[in-house]
Amino acid sequence: MSHHTTPSKGFWTPANILTAVILAIGLVLTVKRFTMGIGSVTNLTDDNPWGIWIGFDLLCGVALAAGGYTTTAAVYLFGMKKYQSAIRPAITTAFLGYTFVVIALLYDLGRYYRLPYPLTIYPGPTSFLFEVGLCVALYLTVLAIEFSPALWEVLRWKRLRYYAHSLTLVLTIFGVVLSTLHQSSLGGLYLIAPSKLHPLWYSPYLTMFFFVSSIPAGLSMVIFEGGLSHKFLHHKMDDRHLAESSGVTLGFSKAAAVVLFAYFNLKWIGVALDHNWQHLATGWGAWFLVEMFGFVLVPCLMYAVAAREKNEKLAFWASILTILGIVINRLNISLIAFNWQLPAEARYLPSWEEIFITVFIITLEVTVLRICLSKLPILHEHPEFKGAH
Amino acid sequence: MEFMTLHDFMFWTKGMAYVGMGLGLVTFVAFWLFVTERDEDRFADKEEE
Repeated sequence: MSHHTTPSKGFWTPANILTAVILAIGLVLTVKRFTMGIGSVTNLTDDNPWGIWIGFDLLCGVALAAGGYTTTAAVYLFGMKKYQSAIRPAITTAFLGYTFVVIALLYDLGRYYRLPYPLTIYPGPTSFLFEVGLCVALYLTVLAIEFSPALWEVLRWKRLRYYAHSLTLVLTIFGVVLSTLHQSSLGGLYLIAPSKLHPLWYSPYLTMFFFVSSIPAGLSMVIFEGGLSHKFLHHKMDDRHLAESSGVTLGFSKAAAVVLFAYFNLKWIGVALDHNWQHLATGWGAWFLVEMFGFVLVPCLMYAVAAREKNEKLAFWASILTILGIVINRLNISLIAFNWQLPAEARYLPSWEEIFITVFIITLEVTVLRICLSKLPILHEHPEFKGAH
Repeated sequence: MEFMTLHDFMFWTKGMAYVGMGLGLVTFVAFWLFVTERDEDRFADKEEE
């Protein structure tokens, strides 16, 4: 297997030094946040109670972690076994993605120690937020069990691995149901604010838009990470992963092209149903068109050409554009086009500390991901469990 | 475009949505053919090894 030929490098590489600096500053800001309160590090106000920790860390984090349910559904529910090798990287990314979404949420909650309250003390079953909380908690549990066999294999705990693996189909069904629910409910959170969100982004169909757009987001993350793994962790991949990676990229490109095409059409039907055409001639309309054409239609066509021409490099670039598009869409809805009628001085701009804590959380996630990919059988099969998936 | 009644508004907006859906579906067929045109053995129903 090719993953035995690990190149040896010193620990203090430029990337590791940068990581260490970001983590050190982030830890200081974390102490400040949890000892001096949320107001000491953020520009949040009563007009803008949700900042980038919700708009970016949570909304984008959940959408981009959708690779877990899309990949497991493709393999275990639709029987596309040729994508089997993408399962573990996708589940690892999703598990870490959701874990760090919850960690980011702890920063944003005024009284973070009350995180379990909605499920225990004050359940509000008519609230979208309750539904999101319940689904994320359950789905994180599902992902933890789906992720665990890699850990049990390294620890050689065969019985636990057997039990976790035997739950695969049930967990996949559970994961798809929970993801459908909470991906859409995150959009549903904004249904309460039709007067605050710009009409081009507000729609009674926000729930559907969030769910549909999460599918290409997840697929794009799998393609993007597959491309990066192929480039930087080539030595960790075994022959099967290397052989199947091209098929995964091109197959997912085709799926992403189709769903992006559907999403593009649905968004315009949303504009038509609310009769928002007149807003297209404004500055906000120009920005909406940039999002729709530059970050939905263009990557859709790039994916289509990539799938048709079997061009993996083009698929990789399309995945970057799609990921950027999802980030722009979620930021537009939660921050940029939110409170659009307020005067400039009352608009929200994140403080440098908020931005740095977001960078800190992403760096922490990437660091844990790097450790998982290098220490666990994710990009290769464990020698004692070959073909046991 | 000015609407005098709710019926006018619904008729116009739903009409536009239906036209959009029709165009979208027709375009999708062309899009799908474009994406899959060069696939090997498009009409075979075989199991992947």
